[in-house]
Amino acid sequence: MNKCVERIYNGLIKENPTFVLTLGMCPTLAVTTSAINGIGMGLSSTVVLVMSNLLISLLRKVIPDGVRMPAFIVIVASFVTVVQFLMQGYLPSLYDSLGIYIPLIVVNCIILGRAEAYASKNPAIPSAFDGLGMGLGFTCAITILGAIRELIGAGTILSTGSSALVDFTNYGFTPASIFILAPGAFFVLAMCIAVMNRIKRKHGMKPAEVPDYVGDDTTKEE
Amino acid sequence: MNLLIIAISAALVNNVVLSQFLGLCPFLGVSKKINTAAGMGGAVIGVITISSALCSLIYDYILTPLDLTYLNTIVFILVIAALVQFVEMVLKKCSPALYEALGVYLPLITTNCAVLGIALTNVQNSYNLIESVISGFGTAVGFTIAIIIMAGIRERNEYNDVPESFQGMPIVLLTAGLMSIAFFGFSGIL
Repeated sequence: MNKCVERIYNGLIKENPTFVLTLGMCPTLAVTTSAINGIGMGLSSTVVLVMSNLLISLLRKVIPDGVRMPAFIVIVASFVTVVQFLMQGYLPSLYDSLGIYIPLIVVNCIILGRAEAYASKNPAIPSAFDGLGMGLGFTCAITILGAIRELIGAGTILSTGSSALVDFTNYGFTPASIFILAPGAFFVLAMCIAVMNRIKRKHGMKPAEVPDYVGDDTTKEE
Repeated sequence: MNLLIIAISAALVNNVVLSQFLGLCPFLGVSKKINTAAGMGGAVIGVITISSALCSLIYDYILTPLDLTYLNTIVFILVIAALVQFVEMVLKKCSPALYEALGVYLPLITTNCAVLGIALTNVQNSYNLIESVISGFGTAVGFTIAIIIMAGIRERNEYNDVPESFQGMPIVLLTAGLMSIAFFGFSGIL
């Protein structure tokens, strides 16, 4: 049981996929125009992560090493398709606002990364919890980003399109709409990582690094 | 004329990296030097153009008649993975010089969400074969422009005195944000 708690802590704090590993940048920046979008994207990715980690871990002795990448991709793509249909059926408005980024969960490097780095080497239960931890870490990170962008860019908290929990535009706040446009995504994420770096430096930890795929270690991605 | 609009819109106005956030991983990960960025751009142009054509053909002539269009995500990602593998083998055999130059980048392209993203948007916009190829090519050119500019800026940034907390990832993201504002200027073209 301890191991499961450790995996969740690992995903949420120690190896947070967004703020520490800087993986899965595309959905992080693209869908965080509001907190609700962030939660929706985060939770659907979490479901895919948990299910695919579980299945890949169960099949890890069956899948031949040479074709493991295509096999993983097929498993992930199947779960993504299922999630896509469930969302289209039960949450059509969220489905519309996330759009093309739902099928693109397939190529989210967090999912294949966890499959390769953890699920293909470990038993089923810890793998599922690893997926849960990573997924929740991702959800928290993009919800925070979404909330900040929504607050500055639209002046609302937890807006669902028609109604909002708090709407500061009623109290004379002029929203800076650049924050819900593309550049704002880059700025807010940059600020968040800079703040994390500052905190980490105080505690003597390593700051977040830019991934470098073709630097000294060309085999890293394979 | 319509084709020209599709190409310009894909390359500049709706730039794949700076306004749609697709292909960010290679954009951040391979933009340290201009020559590696250009290599990645070249490989992406080749792969996206071919894969747009293939995915469009498969969607129109296999998936639609068989009523299997709901499988498009799975089919497209497999086609892309197989295509990348195939291009790599062909280059190795036929043009070792080109393989030397682009070989490192090819395996990275399978997980480039721009490739799958374009295949899916082409289907969503119900583009025909030629429109798909043009939009794929335009998108890839837009990616190449963005990554080369980024690499140029990052090379110069090396010599700047960046505040401690902003070193590494944050300054790169801020640069991308400013570039994104600059690309907003193109939205007046269409």
